[in-house]
Amino acid sequence: MTQQTSQAMDDLLTDLRAALPPHTLVTDPTERDTYACDGLAAYRVRPGLVVLVDTAEQVAATVRACARHHVPFVARGSGTGLSGGALPHADGVLVVTSRLRTLHEVRPQDQRAVADPGVINLQVSKAANPHGYYFAPDPSSQQICSIGGNVAENSGGAHCLKYGFTAGHVLSLEVVTPDGEQVTLGTEAPDAPGYDLLGAFVGSEGTLGIATRATLRLTRMPEDVRTCLAGFASTDEAGSATSAIIAAGVVPAAIEIMDALAIEAAEKAVSCGYPEGAGAVLVIELDGPEVEVAHELERVRQLCDEHGCSEFRAATDAAERAEIWKGRKSAFAAVGRISPDYIVQDGVVPRTSLPDVLREMGRISRERGVRVANVFHAGDGNLHPLVLFDASQNGATERAEEVSGMILDLCIEHGGSITGEHGVGADKARYMPRMFSEEDLDTMQLVRCAFDPAHLANPGKIYPTPRMCGERPRVVHAADEPVVAGAEVF
Amino acid sequence: MAVVDLLSGACAVRPAEDADAVDGVPAQAVARPADAQETSALLRACHDAGLAVVVRGHGSKITWGRAPERVDVVLETGGMAGLVEHSRGDLVATAGAGMPLDRLGELLAEARHQLVVDDLAAGRGADGAGSTLGGAVATGMCGPRRLWAGPVRDLVIGVRLVLADGTVARSGGKVVKNVAGYDLAKLLTGSYGTLAVITEVTVRLHPEPQEEVSVRARVSPDRLEATLALLVRSQLAPHTLEVSAAPGSDPLVTVGLGGSPGGTRQRADAVATSLASPDLAGGSVAVVDPGTPEDELPSGLADVDQQDSPAGTSTTRPVLVRTTGRLSGIPELVRVATDQGFGVTGSAGVGVLHARLPEETPPEQAHHALEQLRATSLRLGGSTVVLDAPPAVKSGLDAEATWGPVPGLDLMRRVKAEFDPGRLLAPGRFVGGL
Repeated sequence: MTQQTSQAMDDLLTDLRAALPPHTLVTDPTERDTYACDGLAAYRVRPGLVVLVDTAEQVAATVRACARHHVPFVARGSGTGLSGGALPHADGVLVVTSRLRTLHEVRPQDQRAVADPGVINLQVSKAANPHGYYFAPDPSSQQICSIGGNVAENSGGAHCLKYGFTAGHVLSLEVVTPDGEQVTLGTEAPDAPGYDLLGAFVGSEGTLGIATRATLRLTRMPEDVRTCLAGFASTDEAGSATSAIIAAGVVPAAIEIMDALAIEAAEKAVSCGYPEGAGAVLVIELDGPEVEVAHELERVRQLCDEHGCSEFRAATDAAERAEIWKGRKSAFAAVGRISPDYIVQDGVVPRTSLPDVLREMGRISRERGVRVANVFHAGDGNLHPLVLFDASQNGATERAEEVSGMILDLCIEHGGSITGEHGVGADKARYMPRMFSEEDLDTMQLVRCAFDPAHLANPGKIYPTPRMCGERPRVVHAADEPVVAGAEVF
Repeated sequence: MAVVDLLSGACAVRPAEDADAVDGVPAQAVARPADAQETSALLRACHDAGLAVVVRGHGSKITWGRAPERVDVVLETGGMAGLVEHSRGDLVATAGAGMPLDRLGELLAEARHQLVVDDLAAGRGADGAGSTLGGAVATGMCGPRRLWAGPVRDLVIGVRLVLADGTVARSGGKVVKNVAGYDLAKLLTGSYGTLAVITEVTVRLHPEPQEEVSVRARVSPDRLEATLALLVRSQLAPHTLEVSAAPGSDPLVTVGLGGSPGGTRQRADAVATSLASPDLAGGSVAVVDPGTPEDELPSGLADVDQQDSPAGTSTTRPVLVRTTGRLSGIPELVRVATDQGFGVTGSAGVGVLHARLPEETPPEQAHHALEQLRATSLRLGGSTVVLDAPPAVKSGLDAEATWGPVPGLDLMRRVKAEFDPGRLLAPGRFVGGL
């Protein structure tokens, strides 16, 4: 910390002590260390100050003080993000919104819920379920991740294929802009007049401000849900079956692939009883009106058969459905059983490229001697390769990181994306220039310049080199050089 | 130097004619770039010369919003009308902004795919050609089937755009799931050509249902609330849920279903049985197969337009309004609209209605009716926007009266100032006089 930034932080603290109750301010270094990373533990930075806000007004007061003293700030919800989106700034303030956890309203007649940013994703559905509704975006971490984090990262989960991203399920947001102003974006009804700032804000990873309240769209629970499991000899066949299902006009609620290594891990962890010897399995969930689901189930069964399915099971009740999902849902954690360390990658390829990309990944894996387990949302081509390694072996971490990067390059080569739901964060900012041209990135940052000309909101995330805003002198807060503590283990 | 000469090095340019005026504002030249590069060259030249540019596809919605303060150049997107890619296995397609929506529909239908965007301006524009893809995106045009597939903003997964200074950029991509970088496609959707020129759009497609059936019921106004509540809560996953009403007649409720052969009909029968309850529509329920003579289903704006002119021939300029509210407020919104003399139709399952006053409505009466409707929609959590109006009515509406209160307007001004600091793209057309 330079003398100048230290002085700014002292001045800021003086202001915040006057404006906020004492219990909201965390200054003790050890306590601050608790917040040094989010779900991506590979990067750690001790925040300069942590503010545990109780109200939206406190968020605004904190951000206003940051603007006054030119101190960067980073928002954090539950801290489950996997791209370092909530990685703190050493000379900045970490605004923790997890205490803002009031679910203000569930209005089934309007298909709406109004939630604070710290409300846990699953809590919204639990409150809406008795009325016959649920909140469709369901990241795998939905038991712990917060709505504010979902909004920041546009994190959707397995059901995006049919139900779309988080962005399609947020009707309006109350936000604190980087100059500390409280503004509402959107209206409770769709098609609010003006630019779709709401659409730009969702997924902006905390770089345009902090959401302090969200009006969410609830989805009617389907009349029927059927989950099936199909075993294949290889991911090639499973991938082809996936494409065939989509091409046939069936849009499942979810369609997930696990390869042999992921199956092996899941079996070891939870004995999920997936087809023996399968090189890949598909978990397919169909939902909707009973008569349509029955029709689609037959079609899916037939298409799986045509693409070499060795075993097909359709759950007949909730218990069997849970049994099928058990393997898939435990897969990430289960990988810990077969490897001491692993990197979870998040990339997207066009669905039709899946077989090619998987083959190519297999080749890279063999050539580099790094095992890669695959678990992913096949329906929308969102890959989550798990790159396995043992950090205690010389050079293993570097090799795993190299393979992880090569997989992203593969995604870009095939016209895909470097992230489907985890965000770019601190982790992948360096890959953005591989996916987008300088002009693309500069144009995106025009939005940033409109919201945050001083670059105080979550600096160093998404964009590797912030753009200069207008003719103003360049004021750029680069990301801290994080301490890399080896690949994440979670 | 004449504008045409100034721009002729960039792309095909011709002098503007009377018919090229934009909502009464005459233009000097009409430019027709063939691709993003020519668009870039054109905009750079306009930028250097300080020329104002208004983008036009078929012109079917060119009078929507405020009339621009000035128009030097009309940029026609018709030179960028090709299908770039239709990736059948990925259910995505990329096309030029000038691609006619109906032509795109024909091309996609070969694979039994569709872009689920209803052309509310069908029959309007040049030779009644209806909307282009770019025009649909620029105006955020959404019709009945948004209930099923979402609004156009959620179907656009990538755009190529050219900024006012000629910078060519891209946002999004060609995969459905993608969260890398800011979603400029959403920002541009519904921006009325005031932030950038869209040259190419990548969209998410949906399979055509194997069967489609509609159920239509005439309900008395006092039963509309119960009827809509029942349908909104239905688990039958309708693709559309429309309500249409005209002053002095009972509202018409239409439920559109799509899906498997047989299954769709079975669901339609279930809807019909529910609606036939004496507390709801009673006996006035009909199950309608597509393509039959009874199949005169309301299709959003087109239906409103057609209340006093046959399809495809409408040249009138009614007061055309988009009004929104929370779902439970839709019956009230319908009632207030019809009480004020509006014909109304829209997506009761989404909360968006289109309303129309006859062209001959005296301006003062129109202004009063708008105020009443807006007050109701605001109270119901929504908004009321005047999309179009006859010149006599429009001239009495400033930007605020056209667009209503706009949450986040100051931020929008800042966004406009970053994207188009010289105010060269459709100046004055959008909210807050942007």
